[in-house]
Amino acid sequence: MTDATLENAPYSFVRKDTLPQEAPPLSVAGPLAWIRTNLFSSPLSSILTLIGIYLVIDTVPDMIRFYLIDAVWTGSNRDACLADKVGRPVGACWAYVADRVQYFIYGSYSVSERWRVNIVFAMFALGVVWLLWNRAPLKKVGVFFFFVILPASAFILLLGGDRAEGFLRFLILATFALAVVYLVLSFKPSLIKFWIGEGQLGVEEAMPPWQRFYRPKRLILIAMVVFGLLAVLDEKVGLPRVDTGLWGGVMVTLLISAVGIVFSLPLGVLLALGRRSRLPAIQLLSVIFIEFVRGVPLITVLFMANTMLPLFVPQEWSPDRLLRPLIGVAVFAAAYMAEVVRGGLQAIPKGQYEGAMSLGLGYWQMMRLIILPQALRIVIPGIVNTFIGLFKDTTLVAIVGIFDFLRTIEATLVDPTWATPTTRGTGYAFAAIFYFLCCWGMSRYSVAVEKRLAAGQKR
Amino acid sequence: MASTPSDAREPGRASLLYDPKIRGYFYQIALLAIVGFLIWSAASNAIENLRAQKIASGFGFWHNPAGFDVNQKLIPFSASSGSTYGQAFLVGLLNTLLVAALGIVFATVLGFLVGVGRLSHNWVVAKLATIYVEVIRNLPLLLQLFFWYNAVLKPLPDARNSIHLPGSIYLNNRGIILPSPQFGPAFEVVVIAFLIAVAAAIAFFIWARGQQAKTGRQYHNGWISLALVLGVPLVVFFLVGQPLSFDYPQQGRFNLTGGMQIFPEFVALLVGLSTYTAAFIAEVVRAGILAVSKGQTEAANALGLRSGPTLKLVVIPQAMRVIIPPLTSQYLNLTKNSSLAVAIGYPDLVQVFTGTVLNQTGQAVEVVAITMAVYLTISLVTSFFMNIYNKRMALVER
Repeated sequence: MTDATLENAPYSFVRKDTLPQEAPPLSVAGPLAWIRTNLFSSPLSSILTLIGIYLVIDTVPDMIRFYLIDAVWTGSNRDACLADKVGRPVGACWAYVADRVQYFIYGSYSVSERWRVNIVFAMFALGVVWLLWNRAPLKKVGVFFFFVILPASAFILLLGGDRAEGFLRFLILATFALAVVYLVLSFKPSLIKFWIGEGQLGVEEAMPPWQRFYRPKRLILIAMVVFGLLAVLDEKVGLPRVDTGLWGGVMVTLLISAVGIVFSLPLGVLLALGRRSRLPAIQLLSVIFIEFVRGVPLITVLFMANTMLPLFVPQEWSPDRLLRPLIGVAVFAAAYMAEVVRGGLQAIPKGQYEGAMSLGLGYWQMMRLIILPQALRIVIPGIVNTFIGLFKDTTLVAIVGIFDFLRTIEATLVDPTWATPTTRGTGYAFAAIFYFLCCWGMSRYSVAVEKRLAAGQKR
Repeated sequence: MASTPSDAREPGRASLLYDPKIRGYFYQIALLAIVGFLIWSAASNAIENLRAQKIASGFGFWHNPAGFDVNQKLIPFSASSGSTYGQAFLVGLLNTLLVAALGIVFATVLGFLVGVGRLSHNWVVAKLATIYVEVIRNLPLLLQLFFWYNAVLKPLPDARNSIHLPGSIYLNNRGIILPSPQFGPAFEVVVIAFLIAVAAAIAFFIWARGQQAKTGRQYHNGWISLALVLGVPLVVFFLVGQPLSFDYPQQGRFNLTGGMQIFPEFVALLVGLSTYTAAFIAEVVRAGILAVSKGQTEAANALGLRSGPTLKLVVIPQAMRVIIPPLTSQYLNLTKNSSLAVAIGYPDLVQVFTGTVLNQTGQAVEVVAITMAVYLTISLVTSFFMNIYNKRMALVER
């Protein structure tokens, strides 16, 4: 019956007898099998494998010879790296990097004042570890440290002089004023109601006064300690002014990225909220700003900051040469950050908004306590990716005349003291290693965060 | 009974301060006022500062003669013939478009190859592709451009010791010297034949699709189109007597004469932009292919499709839906990144206009505004078409 239907069926060919069994595969496990399936599975694959192996053999040993075996590690000028003088083939001239590494890190920053830069580096490292290390304690204090204390102290320490001193005095006064205000508030709960709003009042009111005071106290305390130490430093050692024209190297690269990060994140959050706002004027302005900045290259934004910003303010306010690209980079990064944050806001289910509103939270309370903590968490990888882009883009400030790390390397390449055929290759390799380690490290971190966040979704 | 809680508190008794609508108006008016004030003060400061520095304003400079030369130009431009700033703008714009268009082509080809390579079953290919993507993506583009320009192209031998490649191609520190094509008068006929062939290929394509929808019969669309587009112009070319000759560069005692020079700045920018963007495109392509679920391939195999048709009919159409939007933004990135030309001296829009013209005229506001408007126009037009495309391609669900 079934045979008959098959024969009448409108198929042009139906096999009737069983195919002979195929011979078992020669090997399915072990290194030989791995090589067969992964390297020589087909003629095309074999050819590609051979081409790939040839490429590696052709380049890798040469690079190792150039950068390690034939490299020159010590020396005080170009003679150490010239093949005629040394009498052997010469590879990378690491002696040049060793000789110039101070310049690569600090630029022309006054030698006697470089300890100030080191303190800022240390504070920056502390802040980064505090924020990025998942199990670090007191995360909120860390945020306060990184976004408020660090920028303020970096400004005072790096710049120095009268302006920094005035700013420090203002900060100390402000901290004291805040401490007094909080002290008064913590004994008068009805005043907290005025400052914090209804939402949190129940919790705050139930606490004894000293606990109510405890939370802001930590922030005020740390501010007092840091600014106090700075004041002592200024008093004992003195912080003479170092003009921004002298700043350079890794210090400027990190400064621009840090300023970009510190300002772009809050600005980006505000812009993203503005873009999702139901108030038409706010939404329109946010959309115009974001799309405008994202539609033009960073260079034009930098040119604009460099040439137009001084025109837009009264002459006596004309911004510092270094401040202009800083503003440009921060504005540029904020627009990109806004789009990342918007993605996070859109991913939060509507029920979260409705739940928050039904609890009686106002707009800012809802955002601060319910929506943003969740939204920012899920876009951490996107934020880190924006930081990587920002970090790479800091090299562009060289075009408007700022001596960032890459520019300091370019500057030493024209210096006759180290003019050898291999200097350029060495300098670029050094820059490449620096940028690669920073960017690659950040992207590894973002992958790790992504995995940790995805752990909750796994079943 | 009458004293329910709602009675105790009449509606509208709350202060106007807590009315969300009124608050909304207040915030918007406040923001508009602040932005308006900023714009007003910036404008009035700018007018005052410009007057103090005795800088003219307005677009009058557009027709003033530009006193500089540009090495690479697609339209005639020279200081001696009195070319204007407006023409300088056009030269820069065309150079930007040229490097962007070529860069997009090369980056796409390389990016797709590397992206597919990363997913290859071949271990060597997959690892090499991964190394390529990781290294290129984690280095600043500016460093890569410096590398190509200063470390690869500049150390080439001078014109006297040019490297001679087969096909009369010379390589030296002034760039690549190629034989330049000389078109005879009858060459137009070949071009017209080519255009007709393209039109015919498109017509055939549409007809074949209709036939397939009606009868199920398939034609070798690709081969027939290729034969039309290549074959017809070639036949016409020989029929009208080969109206094309080459001017070969000649190696003289000190220099090369004749031929066509491709400037090292252009080569460095093109290579740098293409390889950099290709790494990002590779990731886009990889994500797109991975987004097509494995069940689709398995179902296609179960239907009896071979691996070629499976890829062509099942995987690629679905992957493209994921790939195209980020791919477009990579194209826009490439176009915007071409402004890094200024760092190695390729005369693109930013280098010619925002660099030289701005320095000569000092009219920062006008020049920067025009430059930004150009990039903004390119971005907005592209996004406009992308949105249309996305609407057509979007998954239609119930």
